[in-house]
Amino acid sequence: MSAAARLLALALRQTWRDARGGELRVLVAALVIACAAVAAVGFFTDRIRLVLERQAGELLAADLVIAGTQPPADFLDAEAGRRGLAHARTLTFPSVVLNADASALAELKAVAPGYPLRGALKTAPEPYAPAADTRETPAPGTVWADERLLAELGAGVGSTLDVGASRLTVTRVLAYEPDRGGDLFSLAPRLMMALADLPATQLVQPGSRVTWRLLLAGTPEAVAGYRDWLGLRLPASMRVQDVREARPELRVALERAGRFLGLAAVAAVLVAGVGIAIAARRYALRHRDAVALMRCFGVTQGRVLALYSIELALLGLAGGLAGAGLGWLAQQGLAAILGELAGGTLPAASWRPLPAALATGLVAVLGYAAPPLAQLRKVPPLRVLRRELAPADAWTGAAYVSATLAAAALVLWQAGEPRLAAWVLAGTAATAVLLALGAWGLTRLLGRLRGRVGVAWRFGLANVSRRGGASIVQVVAIGLGLMVLLVLTLVRTDLLAGWRASLPPEAPNRFLINVQPGEVEALQAELHAAGLGAATLHPMVRGRLTQIGERPVSAADYPEPRAQRLVEREFNLSWAEAPQPDNRIVAGRWFGPGARAEVSVEQGLAGTLGIRLGDRLRFAVAGQSVEGTVTSLRSVEWDSFHVNFFVVFPPGALDGLPATWITSFHLPAGRQALIAELVRAHPSVTVLDIDALLSKVREIIERVVLGVEYVFLFTLAAGLAVLYAAIQATRDERRYEAALARTLGASRRVVLQGLIAEFAVLGLLAGVLAAAGASALGWGLAQQVFDFPYRPDPLLWLAGAAAGVFGVGLAGLAGTRAVLDQPPLATLRAGV
Amino acid sequence: MRATPGELDAATGRAVPIVRAERLGKQVASPEGRLTILEDIDLELAPGEQLAIVGASGSGKSTLLGLLAGLDLPTQGSVWLDGTELSTLDEDGRARLRAGRVGFVFQSFQLLPGLTAIENVMLPLELAGRADAAALAQETLARVGLAARARHYPAQLSGGEQQRVALARAFAPQPAILFADEPTGNLDRRTGETVVGLLFELNRELGTTLVLVTHDAGLAAHCNRQLTLDAGRLVVGAPS
Repeated sequence: MSAAARLLALALRQTWRDARGGELRVLVAALVIACAAVAAVGFFTDRIRLVLERQAGELLAADLVIAGTQPPADFLDAEAGRRGLAHARTLTFPSVVLNADASALAELKAVAPGYPLRGALKTAPEPYAPAADTRETPAPGTVWADERLLAELGAGVGSTLDVGASRLTVTRVLAYEPDRGGDLFSLAPRLMMALADLPATQLVQPGSRVTWRLLLAGTPEAVAGYRDWLGLRLPASMRVQDVREARPELRVALERAGRFLGLAAVAAVLVAGVGIAIAARRYALRHRDAVALMRCFGVTQGRVLALYSIELALLGLAGGLAGAGLGWLAQQGLAAILGELAGGTLPAASWRPLPAALATGLVAVLGYAAPPLAQLRKVPPLRVLRRELAPADAWTGAAYVSATLAAAALVLWQAGEPRLAAWVLAGTAATAVLLALGAWGLTRLLGRLRGRVGVAWRFGLANVSRRGGASIVQVVAIGLGLMVLLVLTLVRTDLLAGWRASLPPEAPNRFLINVQPGEVEALQAELHAAGLGAATLHPMVRGRLTQIGERPVSAADYPEPRAQRLVEREFNLSWAEAPQPDNRIVAGRWFGPGARAEVSVEQGLAGTLGIRLGDRLRFAVAGQSVEGTVTSLRSVEWDSFHVNFFVVFPPGALDGLPATWITSFHLPAGRQALIAELVRAHPSVTVLDIDALLSKVREIIERVVLGVEYVFLFTLAAGLAVLYAAIQATRDERRYEAALARTLGASRRVVLQGLIAEFAVLGLLAGVLAAAGASALGWGLAQQVFDFPYRPDPLLWLAGAAAGVFGVGLAGLAGTRAVLDQPPLATLRAGV
Repeated sequence: MRATPGELDAATGRAVPIVRAERLGKQVASPEGRLTILEDIDLELAPGEQLAIVGASGSGKSTLLGLLAGLDLPTQGSVWLDGTELSTLDEDGRARLRAGRVGFVFQSFQLLPGLTAIENVMLPLELAGRADAAALAQETLARVGLAARARHYPAQLSGGEQQRVALARAFAPQPAILFADEPTGNLDRRTGETVVGLLFELNRELGTTLVLVTHDAGLAAHCNRQLTLDAGRLVVGAPS
């Protein structure tokens, strides 16, 4: 056997013996928690990635798509046919659909035969029946609805629905359409109809909010050739998408979500790191005798180091594997919570996150466990004769440097960018320091109390303040875990409730859009007659910003994604004689009488796009161009839910351009029937239900927060691992003290009460600090982010204290119970 | 500088010693200034000899044992172990010199609590890379009468049994020299006698050189040479 193989065999044996003796239990537990957190998030985000990859080819239902708000010109189809490309048109828009008195907002999609060109539709004969691929599209006179829409309408296969001015029969249940992408944040259910039926519905009028798509598919060369030909012929209002550009916002959103979950997992790794460090230190202390003996038997320092390094690597590997296994199980929970948001069924996870879990294990042992163990090589052989000889304590500067480096590496890896990593690290460090200061102050205060309590409590309190350093570490680790959970559960509820409370009760909850000019007066009268007050209808013209001053506007000029999106989209332009009541002029002045070529711009938009007072803006509207000089900037209260516009012209400036009208109003509960009446009378008008939208948004927030909370449970588990490691570290000492106390006449009950007192107090400190931290964070979020006054919830403090006292009390008691079960004599004989 | 112990030294015509100390001294810093623990120790030990170092507590016996075994370095003088001057070696060099050649028995047994009896005996054999570690350890345990307790942990053994395991551990690699520090110090008289009997039996069987530190004159009498230390100086039995 070679020397290396011999060393490995020796290290394996040593690891096995240590494991058998329970020496590694806490270290491995902390390690497994750390790796499980990273693995759970890794496996989950990997499944999401697989969904995206699987759908990438199908996401467009085509190889190339030309999309826009206007119908594509016929020559685009003709050219595709000439080049041998398959082509089909689709049209999507939101509209209210009725089944007798039940109404629901649906996302309508009118498709031509041939759709989809890539992938396939899946339909079922009835709701919740098995779905099968189909090459057909809805025949004229029929529609296919998804299960959600049928449920909302109380309809089934065979029902006849009012779609605009038409009545169409549901013949199948639509289970899947390739270009719907992930179901993420889709707000309205789907109704699919034949494109040929569209004119009869009278739903689409000039200026309606619709998206036309021309789908194209063929050989890669033919597609590329068509794309080149398209070049400059593409109208400004249309965009080209190919597979690479399919749903970038989804990709970005998921990447961001993955990164956030990853950082949440790192919080668990950092806290677990403390547990690993404490456990490793105890391990090193307990192995000094073994190393001294080995040195006596002739083992060199290098070999001692090699032996323990191999053992550490084995532990890292084993912890990583076990953590990956546990993480794989845990991600099923995460998928159950979040999976629906990402599109129903998720594919099984791949093995790609495994190396990440293993790497986490190795980095964690290297960063947190290696320094104390490396100190072992310095144990002098003379220790066999003189036990007081030992290397300096394992917590050297090197240990702190290595722990910091490991933390930085882990955070940077999950954050993906140095700036974010630096913020996260600085934030964590600052929070830990503040918690540590709080813990220090509280333990000092406790020390003063001990003269005023009974013997058992004095025993417990004395332990907390005597082991000051260890107490602070435990309070901070557990407090951090509790704090994030408190922020996520209680503060979130408080914040959402506070935000809702800040909305006036009469805030508009319905929007009517796509109102044709001829319907404005009738609609106003109907709303008034229904007792909804004098509704103001605002004109709306869609136009794309093409020029600021002399500079043509292009998305490429702006680095921020928000600015890019704004430039790519069409704006809603309006005209008004006077500013809306909730608008305020912050620069310049409102239009004077007779003003024509002037505009008033919302200040936030102006800031994002770099528009200044006096700039001349040019918009392209339905092939014409409109210009105006910026004469005022306005602030707008967007969360009032009143209709507002980024860009407003003076009356007359937009005459002759296709306009629709829009209004918002408050529909009292129980008046839903009014909507059905309105839609029947004005089939082209679209009703947007803000209540439904808000509850959908709330549901998404709830689920995302639940997912994050789930990941933070690992942090709490890591905090408990720290507690357990700290208990282990003082176990020999505790056993000796308890034996001494019992020898001196303390009953088992008194010793037990002392232990309960100690852990309950530790838990109370952690809980109180966590509540303080969570309140401060909640206050900051309310003031800085949500902009409303935050009322601290006493429940927060109660929950924090209770969770701390019971969680830590029980865990602590479980960890130290063994102290009581040993006969005092045996303990005293063995010494500390 | 290296000479093979046991062979005759060409210059002196005497056997080359396995342990030799020359003007050995050890001082340590203390709050009251420098404290002399050992001073001017000269001794030689031929292979197979048995040397007892006796003296009261604090006379420097254990310090001398540590210096002779290369566990510590003297502040004055030199030590040759198995023909090599220890001060020419670094810490690892001294460890390599001990490997497989030097055995130890301690007052407090120094068994590793997490290892079974047989694993404790196997440890030095495994560290030396012996493929027959398990068989040899079992055999040696049988020799000290503990074959049936091989799978027991130290905590499950009596003091005498623990010291017998320690003897098995010390003798299993068949070291050239064995250092024993108060081997009966933690045992009652009867058990101590059993352990001592076993120690000298094994020593005779294997021809091991023995250096034994004790304050027990009865134990010292088993050895063919005795040295008495008093306040760090040799008072009786200087080199023959």
